[in-house]
Amino acid sequence: MEKLLLLGDEAIAQSAIDAGLSGIYAYPGTPSTEILEYVHRSKEAKENKIRASWSVNEKTAMEAALGMSYAGKRAMVCMKHVGLNVAADAFINSAITGANGGLIVVAADDPSMHSSQNEQDSRFYGKFAMIPVLEPTNQQEAYDMVRAGFLLSEKYGIPVLLRITTRLAHSRSGIIRREPLPQNEVHLPGNPKQFILLPANARRQYKSLLRNQVLFEEESESSDFNQYREGKDKSLGVITCGIAYNYLFENFQDREFPYPLLKIGQYPVPRKMIEKLYSECNTILILEEGYPILEELLRGLLDDGKKIKGRMDGTVPRDGELNPNIVARAFGLDEDYGFDVPGLVKSRPPSLCKGCPHIYSYNALNEALNLYSKGRVFSDIGCYTLGALEPYGAINTCVDMGASITMAKGAADAGYVPAVAVIGDSTFTHSGMTGLLDAINDKSPVTVMILDNATTAMTGGQKSSATGRLEDICLGLGVEKEHIHILNPSPKNHEENLKIIEQEINYPGVSVIIPRRECIQTVARRLRDEKKEKQKQEVIE
Amino acid sequence: MKKDIILAGVGGQGILSIAAVIGMAALDSGLQLKQAEVHGMSQRGGDVHSNLRISDREIFSDLIPFGKADLIISVEPMESLRYLPWLSKSGWLISNNVPHVNIPGYPELASIESAIHAVGQHVLINADEIAKDLGMPRSANMVILGAASPWLGIDFSTLESAVRKIFGSKGADVVNQNLMALTAGKEFAMAHHS
Repeated sequence: MEKLLLLGDEAIAQSAIDAGLSGIYAYPGTPSTEILEYVHRSKEAKENKIRASWSVNEKTAMEAALGMSYAGKRAMVCMKHVGLNVAADAFINSAITGANGGLIVVAADDPSMHSSQNEQDSRFYGKFAMIPVLEPTNQQEAYDMVRAGFLLSEKYGIPVLLRITTRLAHSRSGIIRREPLPQNEVHLPGNPKQFILLPANARRQYKSLLRNQVLFEEESESSDFNQYREGKDKSLGVITCGIAYNYLFENFQDREFPYPLLKIGQYPVPRKMIEKLYSECNTILILEEGYPILEELLRGLLDDGKKIKGRMDGTVPRDGELNPNIVARAFGLDEDYGFDVPGLVKSRPPSLCKGCPHIYSYNALNEALNLYSKGRVFSDIGCYTLGALEPYGAINTCVDMGASITMAKGAADAGYVPAVAVIGDSTFTHSGMTGLLDAINDKSPVTVMILDNATTAMTGGQKSSATGRLEDICLGLGVEKEHIHILNPSPKNHEENLKIIEQEINYPGVSVIIPRRECIQTVARRLRDEKKEKQKQEVIE
Repeated sequence: MKKDIILAGVGGQGILSIAAVIGMAALDSGLQLKQAEVHGMSQRGGDVHSNLRISDREIFSDLIPFGKADLIISVEPMESLRYLPWLSKSGWLISNNVPHVNIPGYPELASIESAIHAVGQHVLINADEIAKDLGMPRSANMVILGAASPWLGIDFSTLESAVRKIFGSKGADVVNQNLMALTAGKEFAMAHHS
């Protein structure tokens, strides 16, 4: 079969297409975004009528995927790790309903927080939901796991979690494709009550999930993704999870690896394989990309067994992603080192683009708030979070999708008025609308600025859910018409914009200000595409 | 054959176009490849890099260990210095010398250049000027790739055919411009390397 050079994300997407996928659902989030994007661009996916476009948020995506699974077809839902928090209600309950058509949930974790607010480990969610988890070592395994995941999902009627991390998601490698499978026909679940989680049904479903735990563990014991490798030197036994395996063999490719090794790629953890390693070896070293989940399990609360080394005893740092040097140190191997970075090298944090509309929104907002004490701007997740940095210093919070409006409301409830929320258009539809309704119902004195650049900019310019309809949504929710304003955030409108912001900050109720101008990145791309299209037309003519 | 390469620059400068050509040429040479990229927040004008590893045998880590990079290829001079801990003592540093100033307190170019000279094996090239002189200011990245080409371990003709494949959809003019840029970079490096 054909060999492709693909990002880990793209390998997952290609494999899903090849494994008879009927629909993929997602909200963009680094490092997961490229999965849906790939299916969206794929000619094969289009020919096979695979549904591929953005959802409003991860919860709606998860539910739609579950609905497709209910109808008997194979579905995938993708999100970044914190997106799984948003989807958690549907996700946990999908383990109780079970799946009909194969259902894979992809969670892309971001250890070291390259582009995230935390480094939570989605394997915990897998354990929480009590479903099988797959964790690939490399891009080819990611490809293979999607197909295996769909089959596993349909064999037990259970959603399967595929957990990846940044380095795998955003690293390219050669992938060998396999023969495509056909899509499923629509067919309803065998048990007509399994998706009705009334307590009586839910209890039955839950017992069945509990019974299946033994079978899931047996699957792990016999899975090709979990491998036991014998070793002569039993002074140490090593366990790797996911891409930790690569960093291990980066250090041992030119020397013999003398220890017994357990490579884990499928959970629940294969208990018998671990028992074998534990009984054979004097000390155990655990290398996990993420939280010390397996390490905690193995140590137990009392930690009174054999010596265990890993993230919890400092053999490996407690936080952050692994790399080849960290693993070399865990084995006491010599490391190379190039040259020191000269002192003159300055850090270069990301920043708002030159000409970005957010700059002018923040300039006006900063000036409007000059009269008041600091700490009044509650912001959200997106490019505009960069307004926290100099020279703007414009925002005071960034917590989770949608928290701007609700936190501003809470602060206003506490008497800290004026309180301003700053949220992007896509984040507003993701999780801001419900919070705005709370504020309206309470007549909270908050000023909500929806920075509308008509795209989901931070993740690369994906379609925003309600472009052109934001003011209608606000009106519909109950914001008073005279307190909704559309501004053009540009230098020449500064005075006019300032006046409107000052006026609404003084209004003791909910007001919504929408500074609206398209993201300069998407404008540039659109103009390029239009030019290309025009050239093509000219050639044809 | 094994080359570990760090590509460096500032988000938006298009370092991945260099990676794409090397990657294509490596595949055409029957080599294995891993290429770790930076997506997300840093792409907004922050420092970005890519770890590109090519080899005739299995590549394990997506990330290059300290002191193992055979090449740092940078489209911005200060950024070329950020990854020095990864550069092998016998490695080469190839850098554009045109600063991208988007932060306060950006250092003097002269002091950056002397830090690059101190590294030892290097090529410092004004790729923007060379590209402009050739009448194709947008091909500076291919000039830099050309300047790195003597140390890539890949035949120059294979690089050229990769350029043809990658830019092919943009028409013959763009292909030829990029091929000329590649050659100009190579000639500069052969005449001016340390």
